[in-house]
Amino acid sequence: MNDIQQFFLSHLHPIINSLIALVLAPVIGGLLMGLDRKLTARMQGRMGPPLLQPFYDIFKLFSKESMVVHRPQVIYAVCHLLFMMLTLVMLVTGQDLLLTLLVHTFAAISLVLGGMSVRSPYSWIGSQRKILQILAYEPVLILLVLGVRLLNGSFWGINVLQSDTPLIQSMPLLFLALISVIAVEMGKSPFDTASSHHAHQEIVRGINLEYAGPYLALTEISHLYETAIAFGLVLAFWHTCLIGGLVLAVLVFFCLALVDNCFARLTPAWLVRYMWLVPLALALANLICLWR
Amino acid sequence: MTKATAKAPWVVHVNCNSCNGCDIEFLACLTPMYDAERFGVLHIGTPKHADIMVVTGSVNNRNARVLRNLYEQMPSPKVVVAMGVCPATGGIFADGYNVIGGAEKVVPVDVFVPGCPPRPEAMLDGILEGAKILAGKRQNSVTVKPVRRIKIVRPAAPAADPAAAAAAPAPVKEEAK
Repeated sequence: MNDIQQFFLSHLHPIINSLIALVLAPVIGGLLMGLDRKLTARMQGRMGPPLLQPFYDIFKLFSKESMVVHRPQVIYAVCHLLFMMLTLVMLVTGQDLLLTLLVHTFAAISLVLGGMSVRSPYSWIGSQRKILQILAYEPVLILLVLGVRLLNGSFWGINVLQSDTPLIQSMPLLFLALISVIAVEMGKSPFDTASSHHAHQEIVRGINLEYAGPYLALTEISHLYETAIAFGLVLAFWHTCLIGGLVLAVLVFFCLALVDNCFARLTPAWLVRYMWLVPLALALANLICLWR
Repeated sequence: MTKATAKAPWVVHVNCNSCNGCDIEFLACLTPMYDAERFGVLHIGTPKHADIMVVTGSVNNRNARVLRNLYEQMPSPKVVVAMGVCPATGGIFADGYNVIGGAEKVVPVDVFVPGCPPRPEAMLDGILEGAKILAGKRQNSVTVKPVRRIKIVRPAAPAADPAAAAAAPAPVKEEAK
């Protein structure tokens, strides 16, 4: 057990840690999204928006008139954000990973319900594609949790932090599978079937289509939380060494931006086929290696 | 908030029977050469997310209703930019039997960008001018106290003109019969 772990474990206070994480996560997520937009622009030979552009967007959306189709839509947007925050809190306090996964799925389901509750066909198509995405990436995440269980003999997240060997050492293939899952969750290009900043001609904005003003800002903030959670998981794969974790995170970030710019959007059916073939096979292979 | 409003104008593009010249030039603004995104401009597909509506083409009786509908779907504060000479006056189609003669007759236009088509630089300038007007509208807007806990941001009511009020006839009370 090294100094970083000692520091983290000795300062483990559930309420204070959760509050710090809840405040810091959107800031980090926003900076990552801004950096991503900047990097994407540079890859396309453009100057790109300022680094703080995601924050400008969100502040602007909060200053606009709120138009809703009906009131349950508001509830779904708020639920999406709250469940995402709860996921973060559970991860930070080292709760049961299976339960965390379940809560994270609730967040996605809230968004789907919000998209399904309005009558726009684009929103419906986006929601159906989101369901397909959940179907595609959820088995990989469950196998990831099972891998942690096989390794540590416990489903609790806190036991991952207490172990001396980093996860990447024993679960490299599961890490590769996780990269695909992160790409789906962040809406990166071959996988951005449900909602995309760029899909003007196909399904407009998909699942977020009928949100406007502050409620669109709520879904954007949830997206920032999602980004922060994804990169937090990447860091947790090498928890014994901060520099190692950061190197992993930078590598994943760069790979995602590169893939986003190299590939066109593919069909939802392809997404399910791909996720059930490649990442799931990688995850299963890793599980077989871990079996004792 | 006002500063952020000026820095992130999202644009929805409405084609009211344009010849597509302005549309192609407008899309050229998004290319690496002109890069509208460096000003935070995003070309967004739905009026519900947009701040600025860019109208191209000569508005006619057929699509005036659509234009009005799209304008009303945008949340306040909002700005309309008339791109090209057609939405300003009707352009070379002004003599057409069905042409209304300008987007101004359907929706309140804030910025006119003349040209057939305008240069991409002029288009970008028009959108940024629209963003400034947008920020001004946000600053002058009043927040109505929410009735159902949903915030409503409306443009401020025009200042009461005492001369006009004096000239107008006093309201006549209806006598109960």
